[in-house]
Amino acid sequence: MTDIVRILIAKPGLDGHDRGAKYIARALKENGYEVIYTGLRQTPESIVKTAIQEDVNYIGLSLLSGAHNELFPQVIDLLKKNEADDIVVFGGGVIPEDDIASLMEKGVKAIFTPGTSIKEVISFIENNEKKNK
Amino acid sequence: MSFDKKMDEKFQKWESTTLKKVTDRFPERKQEFVTNSWIPSDRVSLPKSSDLENYMEKLGLPGEYPYTRGVQPTMYRGRFWTMRQYAGFGTAEESNKRYRYLLDQGQTGLSIAFDLPTQIGYDSSDSMSIGEVGKVGVAVDTLKDMEILFDKIPLDKISTSMTINAPASVLLAFYIAVAEKQGIAKNKLTGTIQNDILKEYIARGTYIFPPRPSLRLITNIFDYCSKEVPKWNTISISGYHIREAGSTAVQEVAFTLADGIEYVKSAIATGLDVDKFAGRLSFFFNSHNDLLEEIAKFRAARRIWAKIMKEKFNAKNDKSLMLRFHTQTGGSTLTAQQPDNNVVRVAMQTLAAVLGGTQSLHTNSKDEALGLPTEDSVRVALRTQQIIAHESGVTNSIDPLAGSYYVENLTDIIEKEVWKYLDKIEKIGGMVYAIEQGYVQKEIQDSAYNYQREVEEEQRIIVGVNKFTSKEEPPRDILKVNPNLREVQIRKINEVKNSRNNEMVQNCLKVLKEKAEQPDLNLMPFILDAAREYATLGEICGVLRGVFGEYQESIVL
Amino acid sequence: MELGDKVLKGHIRSIGKAISCIENNRPEKEQLIDYLYPFCGKAEVIGVTGSPGAGKSTLVDKLIKRERKLGKKVGIIAVDPSSPFSGGAILGDRLRMQNHASDDDVYIRSMASRGHLGGIATATADAIKIFDAAGFDLIIIETIGVGQTEIEVMDLADLVLLVLVPGMGDEIQALKAGIMEIGDIYVINKKDHDGAQKLYAEVEYVLNINQSENDKEKNPIILTSANLDEGIDDLVKCYRDYFKYIRCNNILEEKRKKRIVNEINHIFTEKIISEVNQFLHIEKKINQWVKNILHEKVGPYTLINKKIEQFIKEFKEQ
Repeated sequence: MTDIVRILIAKPGLDGHDRGAKYIARALKENGYEVIYTGLRQTPESIVKTAIQEDVNYIGLSLLSGAHNELFPQVIDLLKKNEADDIVVFGGGVIPEDDIASLMEKGVKAIFTPGTSIKEVISFIENNEKKNK
Repeated sequence: MSFDKKMDEKFQKWESTTLKKVTDRFPERKQEFVTNSWIPSDRVSLPKSSDLENYMEKLGLPGEYPYTRGVQPTMYRGRFWTMRQYAGFGTAEESNKRYRYLLDQGQTGLSIAFDLPTQIGYDSSDSMSIGEVGKVGVAVDTLKDMEILFDKIPLDKISTSMTINAPASVLLAFYIAVAEKQGIAKNKLTGTIQNDILKEYIARGTYIFPPRPSLRLITNIFDYCSKEVPKWNTISISGYHIREAGSTAVQEVAFTLADGIEYVKSAIATGLDVDKFAGRLSFFFNSHNDLLEEIAKFRAARRIWAKIMKEKFNAKNDKSLMLRFHTQTGGSTLTAQQPDNNVVRVAMQTLAAVLGGTQSLHTNSKDEALGLPTEDSVRVALRTQQIIAHESGVTNSIDPLAGSYYVENLTDIIEKEVWKYLDKIEKIGGMVYAIEQGYVQKEIQDSAYNYQREVEEEQRIIVGVNKFTSKEEPPRDILKVNPNLREVQIRKINEVKNSRNNEMVQNCLKVLKEKAEQPDLNLMPFILDAAREYATLGEICGVLRGVFGEYQESIVL
Repeated sequence: MELGDKVLKGHIRSIGKAISCIENNRPEKEQLIDYLYPFCGKAEVIGVTGSPGAGKSTLVDKLIKRERKLGKKVGIIAVDPSSPFSGGAILGDRLRMQNHASDDDVYIRSMASRGHLGGIATATADAIKIFDAAGFDLIIIETIGVGQTEIEVMDLADLVLLVLVPGMGDEIQALKAGIMEIGDIYVINKKDHDGAQKLYAEVEYVLNINQSENDKEKNPIILTSANLDEGIDDLVKCYRDYFKYIRCNNILEEKRKKRIVNEINHIFTEKIISEVNQFLHIEKKINQWVKNILHEKVGPYTLINKKIEQFIKEFKEQ
C-alpha cells in the first residue's frame, strides 16, 4: 500500500482572504489527499512547526496581501534550518510575474496565480510524487 | 373571468403552440436557466393582478416605507451618488498625494484603505507586520501619520470613509484629533467608519478581540458619536466581503442584515434608544455581474430592513427605517486574464448599483486582480461612474425597473429566502452564536465551493478564463510598494516616541486599562486621550488585547 | 534503532515520521512499537468525545493552556473523518489550537480515520505509545464526534470527557440508550446558551437512575464555556481528582490491564486473519467461493467450516 499524501494549506501573514485556500483544501480532499488547514495569520515559524508535527509532504502557502516576497522565503529557510526541506513548498495568490522567478529560485516549487484550475495543482502534485518513486 | 385566470390560459396556450413549435425544432441552450446565485429564472415573467393590489405595501413611493423604490424622494434627480474611490497605500505622504489627486479629478469623498497591520492593531514595528507594511493600504501608527494623511485636506469640506473595524475607535480618535488640530469642531465632521466586526469573523479576517468586547467597543462608538459627532455614520454593515468570500446574493443580504440585527440588539441592551442611533447605521454591498439579480437584491434589502426596524425594534423615526448603502463593484469578478475586459464588468456592475439606488459607489480598477491599481486605471474606474451618471440616462427617473415582472419577482424571491435565513439564525440564538458555531461560514463556503466547481467544469463561463482565452504577455506597469516601508515607519514611530510626553502616554494607557476592565464604561474618551498624547495604535490595542483577549477563528471546513 | 532512539529523545521531526510510519502501516512499524514499548506507561491519557459542534477542539485548546501552566508536556491526537469516496480528509481541529503552535512542549497531530469506524483511527493506539515514549506527560485524544459508535476511545483512554451542548436534542436520547457509559466526566459546554441548566438537570437525572447511591462513585458533571474560557479550572480540578481516585482504587490499573487484553486480542485476530488469508489465498479463491454459494447452494457456514478444517489439517501436517 502506498502512503497517503498529506498537505498543509497555510495562510501566512495578516491577509484574511481565505476563499482560495479553503477551496483548494476542499478540492484536494475530494482528490484523495489529507489536508491540514491552519487558518489565518500564521507566522512562518508556526507554519513550519505545524508541517513538521503533521509530517506533511507539501506546504501550500496562500497569500493575497503582497507580503509573499518576505514570507515565502522565510518558510523555505526555516524548513532548511529544521532539516525538513524535503517538504515541497508551493504558493498561490496575487503574485506578479516578476516575483515568481525569484521565489522559484529561492526554492518555491510552483506558484499558482488567480484563475488557475485545480487540475493544474493536482497534476503538479502527481508529477512530483511520480518523481519521488 | 379574472385577469389571472385569463393570463394563465393564454400562457398555457402559448406554451403548447407558439413556444412548442420552436422548441421542438430548436431546443433552448440549457435545460434550466438560473441567476448567478442559482435562483431559477422564468422563461418569461408575467403580470399578476396582485401586483397592483399589493403595490403600496410592497413598493410604496420613493422616500417612503418600505423604501423599496429608494430612500430619497428625488434620488439622482436631486444629486448623484457619492463617487468614492477606496485608496491608500504606502506611507501617509504617498496616500495624501493620491487623495488630493482624486479630489482634483472630481471625486466627492475620500475612502481610506489601511494596511493590514493597522487594521489588526499592530504597529509597523511589530514582528507580525513583517512584509505587510503599506501593502494593501496606508500604514498608520500614530496620530502623526494621520496628520500627514489629511495634510491640506479640510476635514469640514469632505466626507471620509475609513475601512477600519477592530481598531475603529482608535482610528476615529486619530481623525477627531486631526480635526481638533485643524480647528474644526467634532460636530462638523462627516464620514463613515466600517466598524463592522461580525463580518470580519465571517469573511474578512481582520478581527482582534472576541465578539462580546468587540460589540462593546462598537456600541461605545454609537453612544459617543450620537452625542459628540452626530453627522458621523458609526457603522457600515458590510455584505461586500461576505459576497467576496463566495456567498450568494441571498446570503449576502441575509447575513448582513443579521449582523445589523445583532448590532441593534446590542445597542438597545446597553440602554440606547433605537431612534438615537439607528439613523446613523449604514450598509455596504457588493455589485456583481448578474445585472437584474443585483438590482433586485438592493431593492429587497431595503424592504426587509425597513420591516425589521419597524416591526422588530419599533423604530419610529423614518431615518431609522432607511437602509442607506455604499456599493463596491465585485473584486472577485475581476480576472487577471485579459484585464481590459474588467472595464466592461465594472461598467455593468456600476449600472446595477445605480439602478439599485446606491448612495455611494466605489468602482474597481481593471488591474486589481494583478496588484495595486495604477493612477490611469483608477481614473478609468472613476470615469465609468461619471459616464453612467451623465450619459446613460438611467438617473433621470427613480427606480426605473420597478414593475418589471422579472425584477419584481426576483425581489420577492430574494426577500423570501432572506427571511428563511434570518429565522434560522434567530433559532440558533443570534448571529454571535451562529458565527461561533461556524454555521454562517459553512453556508458561504459551500456556495463558494459550488461556484468554483462550476467554473472548473465549465458549466459557468468566465470570459478570458475558461473560454475565449488568448495568449497574453505578462502584464506590465504594476504598481509596487517600496519594500523598505517598514523601516521608514519604524523610524517615524521612534521619532514620535522620542518627542512625546512618555509619562503622559503611560498614564493614559494605565487609565484605559482600568476603564476597559469595567464593562459598563464607554472607552471612547479614554482612547481619544491616549491618541492625543501620541500613543501608538499598537500600544492602545495592546492594552485592550490584554484585557479582552483575542478571537480564535472558528471554521467548519 | 535510529528512529526509535530519536523518538525517545523527543525529537519532533522523528515523532512525526514515526506516527506516519504507523498510519501508513509500513513494514518497520512493529519493530518500532516494540522498541518503544518498554518506555511507555507513564503518560496520562484523556479522551474527549461528543457530537460535532460541541466545542471539543476549543475545550481541548483551553485544557492545553492549563496543563502547560503546570509545566506538563501535552500531546494531542485529533481525529477527523476520511471521505468514504475519495479517501481524502480535511483535518481542521488544530485550527482552534494554533495558539500553541509556537510552544515546543505541545505536539498536535491531526489524524484521518482512514475508513476505521468507532471515532478514532487504527493508528491512534500506537500513536499514543509514540507520544508516551517521547516523554509527553498528558495525551489528549479528540474523537471524530459523529455519534453513538464512538466507544473505542474508552479502550484507549484512562478517562473520557463526554462533551454535551444544549440545543442538540439527541444527546439525552443517546444517554438513555447507554452511551453514557462512555463518559467518566460529563462536560456541559456552552453554558451561556439557553437550555444549559436544563441539560444539566437531565443528565443528572439520567445518571441518578443508573448509578449507585455512593457519591464518590458518581460521575461528575461540569458546566463550561470553552469560548469564554469559563469553568475550565473546575474541569481540570475535576479530572485531576478523578485521576487520583482511579489510581488509589486500582481502577486505573484494571483499565490498563484491560487495554492490554484488548490489544492482544486485536493484534492476534489481525495476525491470524492475515496468516489464514495468505495460506488459503482467499483473495484468489473468493470468486470461486461466491460461485459455490450462489450456484451450488452451499451455505456460507458449511463452506467456511470446511475451509478452516482443511486449513488446520494442512497446518498440522506441515
